[in-house]
Parts: sequence; structure tokens; C-alpha cells
Amino acid sequence: MFTATVTLSLLAILFGLILGYAAVRFKIDSDPVVDQIDAILPQTQCGQCSYPGCHPYAEAISNGEADINRCPPGGEATIQALADLLGVDPKPLDPEAGEVKPEKLVAIIDEQTCIGCTLCIQACPVDAILGAAKQMHTIIESECTGCELCLPPCPVDCILMVPVKQSANHWKWPFPQPSAGLNEGGNL
Amino acid sequence: MNKINRKLWKYHGGLHLEEHKSISTGQQSALLPLPKRLTIPMQQHIGEAAHPIVDVGDKVLKGEMIAEASGKVSAPIHAPTSGTIVEIAALPVPHPSELNVLTIVLESDGQDQWCERYPIENYRHASSEQLRERIHDAGIVGLGGAGFPSYIKLNPGQHFAIETLILNGAECEPYITCDDQLMRERPEAILNGARIMRHALHAKRCIIAIEDNKPDAFSALNNALSQSGQNDIELVMVPTLYPTGGERQLIKVLTGKEPPSQGRTLDIGIICHNVATAAAVADAIIDGTPLISRIVTITGEAISTPQNIIAPVGAPIEELLDFAGRESGVNTQLIMGGPMMGVSLSNTNLPIVKTSNCFLLQPAEPTKPESPCIRCGECARVCPAELLPQQLYWHSRAKEFEKVQEYNLFDCIECGCCSWVCPSNIPLVHYYRFAKTEVWAQEREKEGANIARRRHEFRLERQEKVEREKAERMRKKKAMLKDKEGAKDDTAKKAAIQAAMDRAKAKREANQVDSTISASDSQPKSEL
Ligand code: SF4
Ligand code: SF4
Ligand code: SF4
Repeated sequence: MFTATVTLSLLAILFGLILGYAAVRFKIDSDPVVDQIDAILPQTQCGQCSYPGCHPYAEAISNGEADINRCPPGGEATIQALADLLGVDPKPLDPEAGEVKPEKLVAIIDEQTCIGCTLCIQACPVDAILGAAKQMHTIIESECTGCELCLPPCPVDCILMVPVKQSANHWKWPFPQPSAGLNEGGNL
Repeated sequence: MNKINRKLWKYHGGLHLEEHKSISTGQQSALLPLPKRLTIPMQQHIGEAAHPIVDVGDKVLKGEMIAEASGKVSAPIHAPTSGTIVEIAALPVPHPSELNVLTIVLESDGQDQWCERYPIENYRHASSEQLRERIHDAGIVGLGGAGFPSYIKLNPGQHFAIETLILNGAECEPYITCDDQLMRERPEAILNGARIMRHALHAKRCIIAIEDNKPDAFSALNNALSQSGQNDIELVMVPTLYPTGGERQLIKVLTGKEPPSQGRTLDIGIICHNVATAAAVADAIIDGTPLISRIVTITGEAISTPQNIIAPVGAPIEELLDFAGRESGVNTQLIMGGPMMGVSLSNTNLPIVKTSNCFLLQPAEPTKPESPCIRCGECARVCPAELLPQQLYWHSRAKEFEKVQEYNLFDCIECGCCSWVCPSNIPLVHYYRFAKTEVWAQEREKEGANIARRRHEFRLERQEKVEREKAERMRKKKAMLKDKEGAKDDTAKKAAIQAAMDRAKAKREANQVDSTISASDSQPKSEL
């Protein structure tokens, strides 16, 4: 009887320690579902979904507040991926949120017109704009997500959206058209 | 020479194709008359584009570096002749995208005057690092077509022991003969290049593989080997079958081994280089000559005298076509590369680059009409990578990029065997190229999104910190104010307390008097 009590108590303590250690060691900082949703969202951080960024939208989807079709930058592919993840049916993009842009745009500052007011810097969600007060500002093209949040605050309208420069390295083969004129392996 | 008794293996599939090679090997390679204008693109290799280090107006000598490598996977570019830099601008390049790429335009002065060159006296005394650095500085990239910077493929790292260096002289694609011609004309350079590379890699052995439809190339190398008095390189004739020149296919034929799916040949102790790359390495080390020209096959049914031409990098394709003569009065189609793997170019006013091995000018033919897949399985039967091309096709067409990767899309070598046999004329390889570039683009997007997420989180954290600090400052300020007020309060309180105490004292004193007076009165009461 005594041995049994001691053994059981020791076991209980041991398991408690293991569980306690595991809780610390494998601590999950945030909700895994939210992170999975966030991983699918394009991280443009534009707010078109009506949430202040992708992560808040992910939270809203996860707790059932928001529908999966509110992210214009992600477009159809993102909606499909969200539908697959959550096991629901995909639906067309909510027109209220905005439209899918045909190509990726990035912002550039017309450096002649810029007055160095720093308002755009405060608006940029990813710190892609460089500049100090009364100094000309520039945008780091590779970091710009194309969210357009810097456009409205600019008092002199010197920020423009332009298509991303095409490089031969990043060029994509177009989807084959029946009339592409390519006689593959048929050039003999 | 292990020519006779060597055991060879077979890979799956492959095609016996009509060769069309002899039409361009009838004569010695010709030297292209020096063009007046050379347009030299900064992207002639896989990796980052080179960065110009000259300005418009600069005079340069032949062999002088005009653009430096930017980053690890990149290659410098040198002036193919002496002259003046007249333009640095984005110009069209021979690439299926037909995009413009930064290009240096060099106007030749006709002198073809060399800069100072620094050969390495004896490569056997040089370290691997020294040799690699030279090969990097000479701008050498894989000349078999891929254009991967060669010095990287000479640096296996400490964890890999290289068993075998294979020089690929298979040249299996129809019409192309530039390697054949080079092996016939410069066998010593190829052997020397092989020895240098082997030395740099500390490879145990070196094999040069040649398809058995090139007996002249084989005997030229064989003679050169006997003359060199060394028997350090194995020449192996492999059966002619398309695409034996594919790296994995050649390794299989020679060794029976297969590198892991999507793994590197390095993983099984093998490195492959093209024979032309070996010759370029010999030139760079023994003569100190950078890669500024190459041998190009100009051939096809619409060329009057198909042949190989030695042309400087940047020479206009037009000039090479004219040199070989164009059949008049035919509508033609220009293909860069061979008939199986090449891509059509709509513009002939483009330059030769380091990787240009062949230009094929064919009479234009209408595209064969495409019909639906009948699931005949022919494509799978011929696929040398043992893939299921029709599945790859279905999923590529449906844009199911995860599925298509499950079917090992990235093991496809784009050899075109499947398209060649497809009775429905489906441009299968085009679908695979489309799917591959889409997958890469998605990966880049994913990477970009991750960076954006981190930057956004960092910004939020920073804003939070600023808020926190502001709140902290506010709190401190309030506390300080309160302290001051508190101090005032205190004196007042003390004063009040003092006053109260004073009052109490006065009362007590008064009371005491009272009580003494009344004591006499009260005393008897209490005694009651
Ligand atoms: S609309 Fe899309 S990209 Fe923009 S913040 Fe919302 S989830 Fe992010
Ligand atoms: S060869 Fe063409 S038709 Fe036959 S299975 Fe393959 S893709 Fe389909
Ligand atoms: S192109 Fe790709 S799928 Fe087609 S046969 Fe060649 S390796 Fe196989």
C-alpha cells in the first residue's frame, strides 16, 4: 500500500515535470490556424480587406468574423488556398474590397516634386521608404509591396504606381497558345 | 584507351533521330571577319547580370574586363576586340523573352590589339583556389548551353570527394556540330583543360565521352593523347542516342549511377563539364585569355553553306547567317539551339553570346494542329527522365502547380522527346517551361511576402515600443506631478494634524483644569 502510494506520487510528479517542461519547451506563441491563414495572405498590408493588415484579417477569418474573399492583392489564388485550408467552398472576390490588378505595381517618388514631409514614411506598412524631414524621399523598390497606402497622405501627389521592371531572369513562359508557332521537336 | 572493354549502361527511353550533322562538318571552322559593332549583353550566364565598369567614350583593348561579376553566381565580361565603348543601354538579347537587357556596345578599331595577359606558367603548381579564381576572372561559363559559371562547378567544397570528372562531348542533338568541330581542331586544348579541371577538383579520374557518330573527333583526341605521352584521360565512345548529352543520362551510361532526384551529380562524386568549357579553361590558364569568342554552328535547310564559325561575343547573328549564306526566296524561321531543345527567335538582329552554340535557319513551316491527348503513353515510353509527361501536361495545363511538382516536374530536362513522339502534336515542353517559371515566380512571391511580413511585424513592434515609451514617460510625468502635489498635501496635512494636536492639547489642558475642579465634585459620586 505504502509502496504503491509512493510510486504513484513519484509518477505524478514526474509527469507533471514533463508536462511543465513541454509547455515551456514547445510553447506556441500564437494560434496556429491564424498563422496558417496569414502564411497564405500576400502580406501587401494594404488594408483593402477592411482590417489593418494581413494578420488582423487572418484573425478575423479564423474566428469567423470575416469571409475568405476580401483580399484583392491575393486574388483568386489566395481565395482558393484559403478555401482548401479551411475546407470551405471558394467564392468570387468581394467587389466591395476592390479589384485584382492585372500586374504587380510598385510606388516610385518623383524626387523633383517631393518636399520631404515624411507623411509617406509614416504610412508605409513595411518601412520601404527612406528619407528624413525636408530631405527628398525614395522608395526601396524591392521592399515595396504595392499597397498604395503612401499615395493619399502625400500633399503634393508626387508618388506614382508603376509596373515592376521585367528582368530576363524572372521572365515567365506564357501559357501555351494553340497558335504559338512553336514546332517543338518538330524543327527537324 | 578503354574504348573497347568498358562496360556501358543504358538509360530509359531516348530517340534515334536523323542527325543532319555532316552538312556542317565538311570544312574547317571559319573565322568571322571582325564586325564593326559588337553588342555585348551583361546577362550571358545563369545568375546575376554583370555590372559595367566602363563608360561611354572609353577606349578598351581586346581581353580587358568591361563588366565585373556581381555576386557569387555571376561572371565578368571582357572586350572581344579593341575599340571604343559607344553605348551602354538596354537592348534586345537572344532569349525567348525578347526582353531588353543592359548591353555594352563596342565599336571596333580594327586593330584587334590585345591587353596584357598573364598566363599561369605551370598549373600543376597552382592551388585549386588560384585556378578557380583565374577561371572566374576569365568569365568562363558552361558552354554546352546552360551558362552556369564554371568556377562554381570546380568547387565541390570539403565534404565531397570527386571520383570522376566527365567531359561531355556527346553532342547528341541533331544539326549541332560545334563541339565535334572543336574536338577535331583543338584536341590539345580540350585535353589540357581536362587536366587543369581535374587538378583543381582533385578528381581521381577523368573521362571524355563522345558519341560514336563522331569518329573523327575521337581519333583527333586519341592522337593528341598519345602525342602528349600521358595516359591520364579515358576516351569513351558512347552509342548515339538522343539525349545522351544530358548530364544525368551521360552519367548513367558511363557509370550506371543516378544522382538523387533534384540532387546534384556532386552527391555521387561526379562533376560534368562540356568539352568547349575545357578548351576555354585551357585558354584562360595557359594563355591568360578570357572567354571572348566561341565556335558557333550555323546550319539548317535555309543556309547555303552550313558550317562552324568562330565569332566574337557580341557579333550580330545576321552577320554569321550572311557569312554562311542564306537561301534566297524562302520564308525562314530562326531557332537558337538545336531542333529539339532550341527556342524560336523572331528577331535576327541579336548578338552571339557565350552560350550560343547553334543557330538553325529552317524554312518556316505551319505549326501542326494540336489535338487532345489520347493517352497513348508514347511520351512516357521515350522520356529519359522516366517521368509521366502526360500527367505533367494535364497538371501544367490545369495550373495545378503542386500536383505537377509531385510528378517531378523539375526532373524534366526539356529534351523534347515527348513532344517529338506525341501523335496529338501537343507542345508538351512549352507547358513544362510555363509551369516551371510559374513555380519559381510563386516561390519568389512567397519569399517576398515573408520579407514583407517580417518588416511589417518589425514596424508594429517599433510603433508599440514608441507607444510604450510614450506611455512610460506620461506615467512618470504624472507621478512626478502627483509627488509635488503630494508634498504640498503633506505639509497641509501635517499642519492640520499639528493644529488638531494643538487643539487637542489645549482642550486636554483646559479639561485637566476642569477635571481638577470637578474632581472634588465627582469624587464622592464615584464612591457611591
Ligand atoms: S487586403 Fe489582402 S493584402 Fe491587403 S491587408 Fe488585407 S489581407 Fe493583406
Ligand atoms: S504522347 Fe501525346 S497523346 Fe500520347 S499520352 Fe503523351 S501527351 Fe497524350
Ligand atoms: S521533355 Fe521532360 S517530360 Fe518530355 S521526355 Fe524530356 S524529360 Fe521527359
